[in-house]
Amino acid sequence: MIPLAENFFFQLLAGSLLLGSLLLAIAWSVVATRKRLQEQRFLVDRINSILPQTQCGRCGHPGCRPYARAIATGEAINRCPPGGDSTIRLLALLLNEARVPLDPAHGEIEPARVAVIREAECIGCTKCIVACPVDAIIGAAKRMHTVIASECTGCDLCIEPCPVDCIDLVERDAAPRYWSLSGLASPAATANREALDGEPCHD
Amino acid sequence: MIRQAFTDLFARLGSTTRRGIRPPTLRESSLRSRIMPTPMPDQLLLPLQDYADPLAREHDRIAPCVDVGDWVAKYQLLAKGKEPGSLRLHAPTSGTVQAIEQIPAAAIGQRPQLAIRLLTDTDERELPLEPPSDYRALAPEQLVQLIEEAGICGLGGAGYPTARKIRDAVEKNVKTLIINGVECEPYISCDEALLRERASLTVKGAELLQAACLADDCVIVIDNAMPAARKALTLALQGSSISLRVVHRRYPAGDERQLVKAICRREVPGEGHPPDVGVLVQNIGTAVAVYEAIVHAKPCISRIVTLTGSALLTPKNFDVPIGTPVQHLLKLCGVDDKEHEFTIRGGSLMGQYLLEQSAPIEKTTNCIIASNSLEIPEWETEQACIRCGYCAQACPAQLQPQQLLASIRSEERQQTLALGLDDCIECGACAVVCPSRIPLVSYYRAAKEIHREEFTSHEQSRHWQARFQYHQYRLKKNQDRAQPRKAVEQTVKEAQGFSRDQARMEISAAVERVRRRRQALAGGKDPGQEKSQ
Repeated sequence: MIPLAENFFFQLLAGSLLLGSLLLAIAWSVVATRKRLQEQRFLVDRINSILPQTQCGRCGHPGCRPYARAIATGEAINRCPPGGDSTIRLLALLLNEARVPLDPAHGEIEPARVAVIREAECIGCTKCIVACPVDAIIGAAKRMHTVIASECTGCDLCIEPCPVDCIDLVERDAAPRYWSLSGLASPAATANREALDGEPCHD
Repeated sequence: MIRQAFTDLFARLGSTTRRGIRPPTLRESSLRSRIMPTPMPDQLLLPLQDYADPLAREHDRIAPCVDVGDWVAKYQLLAKGKEPGSLRLHAPTSGTVQAIEQIPAAAIGQRPQLAIRLLTDTDERELPLEPPSDYRALAPEQLVQLIEEAGICGLGGAGYPTARKIRDAVEKNVKTLIINGVECEPYISCDEALLRERASLTVKGAELLQAACLADDCVIVIDNAMPAARKALTLALQGSSISLRVVHRRYPAGDERQLVKAICRREVPGEGHPPDVGVLVQNIGTAVAVYEAIVHAKPCISRIVTLTGSALLTPKNFDVPIGTPVQHLLKLCGVDDKEHEFTIRGGSLMGQYLLEQSAPIEKTTNCIIASNSLEIPEWETEQACIRCGYCAQACPAQLQPQQLLASIRSEERQQTLALGLDDCIECGACAVVCPSRIPLVSYYRAAKEIHREEFTSHEQSRHWQARFQYHQYRLKKNQDRAQPRKAVEQTVKEAQGFSRDQARMEISAAVERVRRRRQALAGGKDPGQEKSQ
């Protein structure tokens, strides 16, 4: 009797099984990788949608999407000063992590700002136009430049390249808030005292 | 028929009719006299507010079409929006435009707004009005056009432009028109006064509105605490196809959704409006304004305002030109300074405390209350929630106010939304019944504002993201375009016998030559002259 290992049909069977499983493994790994990549891209998209899109690079990455990619692979979520606490809160919710305060190494929470060019001093070098990540500065060579305030993210990337330092960052006048959770004790009383005495009440 | 009766019975016994609160009626004092005309004040302040979207950006609002220093006649158009159907503003009297300026926020929760300051003169010269020869012959779209030209907005309080509302209703094919005369706030009596004295005009206005919005039937709804108005209306409705319905007085029965639920037994969806369920709701005051606008071609330049409160000597209803300062009206009624602690614009439950006595009467202002904390208690310091559940019983929107409060305090945004914060109509019934004196509505308003802010910042960041992506696309496109051009330049140069190495050698040779000449010259001449060469 021929030993089993030398049986031609057995060899055929074993070989095809081996080949088949190898092919299966390759296919599975390809599918899994693609799926993981897809999931990761989806996660990056979701993280990116939470980030404030100022493209300021204060997190140490060249833009919001690179930082989102880094967060997806495990970087800390508290490196975005423009986003502040609300961004950290939403990121923590999404990634099921703990809420941590902002990392002071990357900056402090500031009110929303907007760049303003002191137009008399502008020499028209176009360096800020090149630096602006959202094309919010208009102007031409040797002509005065100006910032479209509604498009400016306040990222301060135009400050550094300006050779004559004619760009200021000023606080954006935000829509005022009339209802807030603090000081709810008696807004009616406050309003009336202000109206009748003409001075704000500070208690 | 029996089935209908049963449905009616169950709907009446159903939870919504019992929800809400039953505040006392305090209209008697202001209803003692007839509607009085207002002597023209020295100046009028006409806010350029488009109530359809109070948060609209500056350039989306209605824009003035007169200049500072212009003399304007009565009924002259002062401002209009860019979009069709937006609100228009007309001069209530003749005078000179003194300024177009930012006026401070009139009350808490309001934004500072642009206003036209009109110095009135006494001659009241007016533009000739051109009423249509036969208004009955007008087509529905012509009626709506006349309403739009008259600048009418919802005079009940929300102030949505009426023409736009009607067009929307026609588009959604509404079946029922409800004329809302239910006055559920304890103090406001302007609708009742209007019905008592101008019931026939109201009915005619309602008929015109029905013709404009192509509704099959029209119902005028009043509450059961206005007998005189009911009598006048019954008389005026003789021979008319419009029916009259009386609902029990209950706060907030006058709210659109509550009314649609009570009359048509239909629930208006959370994000929708009554036209979505085939109903259009208009206020009594709007109906009268529509009558004036169509029959007399008279723009909306005045409205009825209730002046009441314990600090006034003679509370009354006034026919007030839009833009009249509140203090002018208070003076007309006589103010007891000892009693007067604060002024409320709107009703005592939904109104706002006025910050400025010089604030103008707007098209949406229905009531001014001059009062003190004895009559209308101010909010006391809140106590802890004891979970009595009174607020849940009172809430007309069938929300759970105490759970909402808890989730707002713990900043659970998703849960707050899931509990239906957006369905809150800010009627304040929950805060009135709260034994712990928690100002619940203020919490809801604050939470709504925070949500709105988060939403706008998210929208903003999406816009920035799009711009950044376009920026990157632009850079790449420019680069791609530059590459073939460079390659072409390169080949052209090579064809002309140009090689980079040779060029480099030539340049370095030239530099060397210059250096040598300089060295040679430096021996004989001083550096100053060398530079000039």
